[in-house]
Amino acid sequence: MSTPLQVTARLRDPVTSDDHVRGPADAPVTIVEYGDFQCQFCGAAYPNLHELLRQRADTVRMVYRYFPIANVHPYAERAAETAEAAGTRGRFWEMHDWLYDHQDQLDPVHLSLGVEQLGLPPDELNAEVEGRVYADRVRRDFVGGIRSGVNGTPTLFVNDVRHEGGYDLPDLLTAVDAAANA
Amino acid sequence: MSDPNGLIQPGRPAPGFTLTSTLDGRQTGPEQFRGRPVVLAFYPADWSPVCGDQMSLYQAAPVFDQYDAVLLGISVDSIWSHRAYARSQGIEFPLLADFEPKGEVARRYGEYTAPGEAARVLVVLDQAGTVAWSYVSTPNVNPGADGIFDALDRLAADRGVMAR
Repeated sequence: MSTPLQVTARLRDPVTSDDHVRGPADAPVTIVEYGDFQCQFCGAAYPNLHELLRQRADTVRMVYRYFPIANVHPYAERAAETAEAAGTRGRFWEMHDWLYDHQDQLDPVHLSLGVEQLGLPPDELNAEVEGRVYADRVRRDFVGGIRSGVNGTPTLFVNDVRHEGGYDLPDLLTAVDAAANA
Repeated sequence: MSDPNGLIQPGRPAPGFTLTSTLDGRQTGPEQFRGRPVVLAFYPADWSPVCGDQMSLYQAAPVFDQYDAVLLGISVDSIWSHRAYARSQGIEFPLLADFEPKGEVARRYGEYTAPGEAARVLVVLDQAGTVAWSYVSTPNVNPGADGIFDALDRLAADRGVMAR
């Protein structure tokens, strides 16, 4: 059981049809983000990732996986499960965007209002989340992330290799262009 | 300032120790958990300025129980710092204070650094207290938990073979 000094973490769970994906299916670069809706660093990266997708619309597709660090962020699990509830209704990315646009409104009352704003049935989603219908799905993402070397949020994998750089737009563009030309 | 042989290597018996883990002075160490895998996670300091720092991440990882593994976090911080930090991050596993003599246990496992802190070292001990895997992260890099779980997987597989 010897260990090389530094191992590059690689994504172990391939992207499947269960994943939430945006961008062209045949994009040469796939970014998998492990994120926590209540994490301020994820919130800071969010507009940059958005702009990245706009500027490299033909090159990049984006996958989002749940990585709520519940002991630090009390609303993160509920937010993740609500996003999954929206996802089963084909509205994952709208919910995802709402959550990152309203990171100061993730308490249950405001979250319900957000669900309503999106035109989803708040009582129905609420009952599903209370019943922990999506808890296993969120946990599966989390455990897969841990096994892939996610070491905090956000963690990005660019074509399966853990991104070690920053989350400012220039850093992200550099990483994506390097992967596209690799 | 550290063990001249460097990071403790697989196959060696883990040096025994106990350190204070609670305000009322409870002493905790790996020998108390023989029969279970023990993960020692040395880290530089409480209060890293990031979300989901290494210890918070381990608290969130819902998989240590699955291996019946014991997780012990160790830094040179005092037990008072550990308590405040554990409360703020919701950490429930023991944080051990390698405080007096400062860094002694980190030195015995081979990685004590010039700023007077432990390096980010992970050591997995098997059920008999032998080092099964060890790893030192490059400075400022949170090593995550993938290496730990790979080592625990191999331990479980080895036991499966031995049982047959």
